[in-house]
Amino acid sequence: MAENTQMKVSDQVAISIDNMNKWYGSFHVLRDIDLTVYQGERIVICGPSGSGKSTLIRCINALEEHQQGKITVDGTLLSSDLKNIDRIRSEVGMCFQHFNLFPHLTILENCTLAPIWVRKTPKKEAEETAMHFLKKVKIPEQADKYPGQLSGGQQQRVAIARSLCMKPRIMLFDEPTSALDPEMIAEVLDTMIELAEEGMTMLCVTHEMGFARKVANRVIFMDQGQIVEQNEPEEFFNNPQSERTQLFLSQILGH
Amino acid sequence: MSDTHAHSVAFVRTETIPQMAPPSSASGPIAWMRENLFATWANALLTVSALYVIYLLITATLPWILNGIWNTDSLAECREALEGQVGACFSVLTERWNQLLFGFQYPSDQYWRPGLAFVLLFFAAAPVLFFDLPRKLLIMTAIYPFIAYWLIWGGTIWIPIFAALGFVAGYFVFDRFGKSNFAAGFFGGVAAAFAVWILSGYVTPALTPETPFLEAVQSRDMGGFMLNMILGVVCVSLSVPLGIALALGRQSSMPLIKWICVVFIEFVRGVPLITLLFVANVVLAYFLPPGTTFDLILRVIIMITMFASAYIAEVIRGGLAALPKGQYEAADSLGLDYPQAMRLIILPQALKISIPGIVNVAVGLFKDTTLVSVISMFDLVGMIRGPILASTDWNGVYWELFSFAAILFFVVCYGISQYSQWLERRLATDHR
Repeated sequence: MAENTQMKVSDQVAISIDNMNKWYGSFHVLRDIDLTVYQGERIVICGPSGSGKSTLIRCINALEEHQQGKITVDGTLLSSDLKNIDRIRSEVGMCFQHFNLFPHLTILENCTLAPIWVRKTPKKEAEETAMHFLKKVKIPEQADKYPGQLSGGQQQRVAIARSLCMKPRIMLFDEPTSALDPEMIAEVLDTMIELAEEGMTMLCVTHEMGFARKVANRVIFMDQGQIVEQNEPEEFFNNPQSERTQLFLSQILGH
Repeated sequence: MSDTHAHSVAFVRTETIPQMAPPSSASGPIAWMRENLFATWANALLTVSALYVIYLLITATLPWILNGIWNTDSLAECREALEGQVGACFSVLTERWNQLLFGFQYPSDQYWRPGLAFVLLFFAAAPVLFFDLPRKLLIMTAIYPFIAYWLIWGGTIWIPIFAALGFVAGYFVFDRFGKSNFAAGFFGGVAAAFAVWILSGYVTPALTPETPFLEAVQSRDMGGFMLNMILGVVCVSLSVPLGIALALGRQSSMPLIKWICVVFIEFVRGVPLITLLFVANVVLAYFLPPGTTFDLILRVIIMITMFASAYIAEVIRGGLAALPKGQYEAADSLGLDYPQAMRLIILPQALKISIPGIVNVAVGLFKDTTLVSVISMFDLVGMIRGPILASTDWNGVYWELFSFAAILFFVVCYGISQYSQWLERRLATDHR
């Protein structure tokens, strides 16, 4: 799979997952996952619910523990060493389905918290960076409000800005638009497309196939905890190889 | 819709309907009364009977209060002055106010000391309770315990100074080593603090003057409402941080810490406070080496604090459990370590949820301090039941004394509850 070299956009490996297995109790959720992500690559992971796609990207920043195999992120081997985990987490940004903004802090404080406490950035500088990214996601005027006062789409854009404030090298998106009203999906996707065009390494669990076609270098289809098929978006959508992929695509693109 | 389109389904609105004021019949005092007091027959009946009960209560108590005698020296004189009429003997309060407030053994020329400590308490508590005040004022909070101890107990000033120095030494060691290794910093800090305290044990007697600036008052001489306040304030302020630690410990992934916390909480919650107080009073002495004097108030403070902290820990655990898992994950995914995530993200929210529960425990704790009267400490209730009611002068004055006690406790507890409601409003950011 990794030898499928035409997908590469650079030679630098951002994430390498080597024969990784994970169990929830006795349930085998991820089976023999092998995946190499190169710097600057945009990967969309799709699949039916319960196929382990969220679990896969949550293993990358150790929100979930894997039991077998090796995960190397940005040159750091993911182990149970807390220092390593914290280092990886500060280099890997993550956006969640339910945004998970901190409701007791203002938008600006949400964005400056991690730079100030983890990166030890001076407060003023952190606020400038935060305003820069809030402008980028087009909501600088909401900086002093609380998350509860914003719409879902705005909250997700704040969540993206919050991650970007840590200047991550890799961004993980865990179904970022699944909890949004249809009208708000576009504004979040626009932000993500813009981010992709700037060359951010992105792993995206999503069902937005339009987004996948537009920005992805590679689409990965997962089912029952394994990678069933991966290919360039054109090939993936027009000429899916496995039966399972064909069924899935016909179901989500069927209407 | 115009007539021409009357039968067509298609419809396009061209202008917004303007906002209108609500109908006027829905407001005004008459409308309010009709709606709230006399809405139905049953409702009207309840209103009238409630008014009648209130009338009965007022006619029964008002003459008693207004006829009250404030300036006699004993119950017999008071009864004489009343000449058989209904009336209260409030003179027990004017004659024995000092005993009610300070106990009967606190030297009366030193009342200004606990009084001053009480006034300073407001300045010390303000920066903690009202966090909009400048953070620098917290220094007052930090030095207040030592000043208050010195004011109330008196004696040599070196004891509180060395006590404070111990904390300072501990803090510096923690600050120096705690950043790289939390455990090393923590235990090093504790060791440094104890080193200072043990050292001071040898030095203090030499430094103590013959007659200290403030006359020393023994713990057994403390009493009255002052004792309730001391126990209440100290135990509440100690049990909240201890409760937080226990709640976090109970969630810990380290089994040893987790089980210590679980056993502690479940044991303390399963035992009546009064039992713990008897343990503090009597049983603890058996376990200590003979000859050691372990201050009774300190023992009681330890027991009440343990008791309250177990309850507060459970309240806070509820708050922690109420937080969505996503908050922990968001904090983790940003690279915050455990202490940072707890301090900046989890606890501010969990404590906010727990405010009503914590206040409930605090109010209960404050009232429970009257239980020390059972182990023959003369707090407010102990004073009333003991020295005052037992004296020949005032034997039989129940209503006046216990009403006074009730009012004192009510004022404090109502104050706490009002503060908590303000705090909840102040912290509300969810804009639901």
